Amino acid sequence: MGYDPENPMKDRITDIGPPHYEQFFPPVIKENYGKWLYHEIVQPGVLVHVSETGAECYTVRIGCARLISVDMVRDYCEIADKHCDGYLRFTTRNNVEFMVDSKDKVQPLLDDLAKNGQMPVGGTGAGVTNIVHTQGWVHCHTPATDASGVVKAVMDELFDYFTSMTLPAQVRVALACCLNMCGAVHCSDIAILGVHRKPPLIDHDVISSVCEIPLAIASCPLGAVKPAKGTTTTGEEVKSVTVTVERCMFCGNCYTMCPAMPLADPEGDGIAILVGGKISNARSAPKFSKLVIPFLPNTPPRWPETVAAVKNILEVYAKDANKYERVGEWAERIGWEKFFEKCNIPFTEKSIDDYRLAYDTWRTTTQFKYTSHIK
Amino acid sequence: MPKHDTPLLDQLESGPWPSFVSDLKRMAQKKDECWDILGQVELSYKDKITHWKHGGIVGVFGYGGGVIGRYSDVPTRFPGVAHFHTVRLNQPSSKFYSTAILRQICDMWERRGSGMTNFHGSTGDLVLLGTTTDQLEEIFWECTHDLGMDLGGSGGNLRTPSCCLGKARCEWSCYDTQAACHNITMTYQDELHRPAFPYKFKTKFSGCPNDCVAAIARSDFAVIGNWRDDIRIDQAAVKGYVNGDHAANGGAHSGRDWGKFDIQKEVIDLCPTGCMWMEGDALKIDNAECTRCMHCINVLPRALRPGKDQGASILIGAKAPILDGAQIATLVIPFCKMDPENEFEEYKDLLEKCWDWWMEHGKNRERIGESMQRIGLNNFLSIIEVEPIPQHVKEPRSNPYVFWKDEEVEGGFERDVKEFRKRHAM
Repeated sequence: MGYDPENPMKDRITDIGPPHYEQFFPPVIKENYGKWLYHEIVQPGVLVHVSETGAECYTVRIGCARLISVDMVRDYCEIADKHCDGYLRFTTRNNVEFMVDSKDKVQPLLDDLAKNGQMPVGGTGAGVTNIVHTQGWVHCHTPATDASGVVKAVMDELFDYFTSMTLPAQVRVALACCLNMCGAVHCSDIAILGVHRKPPLIDHDVISSVCEIPLAIASCPLGAVKPAKGTTTTGEEVKSVTVTVERCMFCGNCYTMCPAMPLADPEGDGIAILVGGKISNARSAPKFSKLVIPFLPNTPPRWPETVAAVKNILEVYAKDANKYERVGEWAERIGWEKFFEKCNIPFTEKSIDDYRLAYDTWRTTTQFKYTSHIK
Repeated sequence: MPKHDTPLLDQLESGPWPSFVSDLKRMAQKKDECWDILGQVELSYKDKITHWKHGGIVGVFGYGGGVIGRYSDVPTRFPGVAHFHTVRLNQPSSKFYSTAILRQICDMWERRGSGMTNFHGSTGDLVLLGTTTDQLEEIFWECTHDLGMDLGGSGGNLRTPSCCLGKARCEWSCYDTQAACHNITMTYQDELHRPAFPYKFKTKFSGCPNDCVAAIARSDFAVIGNWRDDIRIDQAAVKGYVNGDHAANGGAHSGRDWGKFDIQKEVIDLCPTGCMWMEGDALKIDNAECTRCMHCINVLPRALRPGKDQGASILIGAKAPILDGAQIATLVIPFCKMDPENEFEEYKDLLEKCWDWWMEHGKNRERIGESMQRIGLNNFLSIIEVEPIPQHVKEPRSNPYVFWKDEEVEGGFERDVKEFRKRHAM
C-alpha cells in the first residue's frame, strides 16, 4: 500500500481541495453558527461571544512564533485536548485560539498556558497583536533581512502592549523581508520592510544558461536592464545584460526573474520603516503605509535600531493620539510634519515620492504647520 | 550536544515572546536537519545575507504548483538542508482544526520532512518547511489518501483562497465567508493547481468592512461583506452603554482610564458622514447617508448590528508594490448577494469574466490590478460588462482628456480637409 514509484498514477487522488471546515468546529461553534449576538473582551487575550441561544463561547488567544515545530503544534494539541474538546484555530495574524463553552473553564486553561511559558495570552483590543511576517533567512532566496529574528526582537520589546490594552486603538505591525511583500505590509500601522540598496550584480558566466534574457530585461519597471554583450571569466563573449545604475530603484524584480542578477549584500541591505496604513474601513478609508525611515542597518541577532524605531513611534502615538485613532489617522490629523517632529525622526528627501503617482503626495495648499523643519 | 555553535541565535532564546530558536533546538534533538537549519541561519546572522539559492522547479505529477524548490548555497557545511523544499497545504476555511488532524499532519511531517512548519503562510496555506525531492510524491500520497488534504497554490495560478472566521464566531459577518471560500476553492481546483494565468491571483473573503483577512489590500478579487438596509438598533442596549453598564468597543480600551463613555464624542462625532444623533435617550441614524464604515457598530456591539439585507461588495486589483506600486482594491460591485443556494453564481460570473480577459490580455507577471491601470477603469468596466456609476470613483476626473470614440460623435471622425479649406483658407 502507499505510493508506488513504479506506478505513480495507480490509485492517484488529485484535486480534492481542503478538508471541509465544519468537521473542525468545536460543538459551541457548530451549534451557534450564524447566531452570535455580540462579543466582549473580558480581559486581554480573552473574548466572550454570546449567542441568541444564550450560549457563550470564551476564546483565549495566544501569540505564536509562526515558524514552529511539530512538537510545538503537539503542545497546542495537548492543551486543546485537555480543555477544548480537541479543537483549536489559528488566526490570520498567526495567533492560536482556544475556545471553551463556559466561564469556569477559562481559568484552568489560562493556568495551563501560563505553565508552558511559550504561550503568551494577549493580542486583543487596543494593543499590539502578533506581527504578520515572512520567511527571511530561514527559508527564502530574496530577503533583504531576516523575519523571525526581527519579529522576536520587536515582540520581546513590545510584549507589554501584547498583554495589555492601553493604546488609543489596535496597532498592526507587519514585517516583509523584501519588496515582494509576501507579508503585504503596505497597509499596516507600522511596517518593517527589508530593502536592498545596491544594484544587481551580473553573473556573465551563467546568465545565458539560467535566464531568459528578454524576461530579465522586461522585468525592470524602469527600463534599467538592457541587452549587452558580457565577458565570462574564461574570456568568452556571451549574450548578457547591463544595468543603468542611476535608474535602479533596488526592487529586486530582475533577480526574481533571473538568478544571475543577485542584489543582496551585507552592507547594502537593511530595513525601512513605513507607518500609518490601515485595512479596516472604520471611520476613514483603508490607507497605505508611508515611508518615514528609509534605512536602518541589519544588526542581528536583535536589530536594536529597528526595535528602538518601532517602539519610539508606538509610544509617541500612544501618548498623543485620541481614543480610537489609528496611527495613520493620528498622523493625518496632526499633519505629517508634526509626526516627524513629535517622533524626532529626521525628514529626508527619501520620504518624498518620486515614483509613479508621486504628485498625488505633494502638498498643494498653503495650509501647513510651523515645525522645527522651517528655519 | 549541539552540532553547530549558534552564539548569535542563542541570544534569541531569552525574552518573553515565544522563541523559534528554542523550538528549533528542541526539534533538533529528534531531527538532525533542524541543526543544519540553525547552523545555516547562524551563518546568515554572521554574514547578514541569505544562504538559500534561487528557486528550482520541483513538484508532484499533474500539478504546476504547491511545492517550492529550495536549495542551500552551502550544502557541504549543512547537508541536512541541501535540498529543503516547501510544501503548501490548502488550509481548511478560517483555520479551525481538530487535534486529530493536526497530530496526523505532525506525524507525517516528522517522518517525511524537517518537522518545521509555518502556521500559516501569508496567503493562508499551512506551510511545511523543508523536505527532499524524493519525499514529494510520498507526502502528496499521504496527504490525499490519509489526511484528506491537498496542495495549495503557487506561481501564476489561483492562490489558495482564504477567509475570516465569519458566522462561525462573529456577529457581523454579512455572508457565509467559510462556505464561500470552500465552495469557490473546490470549484476552481484546476485553476489552483495548474498555473495558466499571467501571474498570481488571490481572492479573499471578509464578512464585514472591518476586513479581518485584509482582502482590500491583499487580494486581486476581494469580497467584503456589506448590507443595504438599516442598521439594527437595540435602544435599551444604547442606554446601557450611555449609563456605563456595558464596556464600549467590546472592552477593547479597558487597559487605560479614558474617562466615562461619551456617546456624542466617541460615536456620533466620529461618524464619517455625520448621520447620527441623539433624541433624548434614543440613538437615531439617517441610514440613507450611512456608508457602513462599522465604527458605531464596533463601539456599541450590543446595541447595533448590520442590517438584515446582507451581501457583499466586490473590489478588484489589490497588490503589494512589485511592480507598479502597491494598490488597494477598487470598488467594482457595490452590492451583490453571496448566496450558497445558487453556488455563489454572481461572484463566479464576474470572476470568470475577469479571468477570460486577463488571461488573454494580461502581460507576463502583470497582476490584474496593473492590467486595469494600463487600460483604464472605464475600459475594464466595459469589458466585464459593468455599468459605470459614481460609486466607482472617489471623484470625477479633473482633466478633460476624454477618449471619445468615432461612433459617439455626430458625423463621426471622417472629414474632408478640402471641404474644410473651402471655408477656411490657410
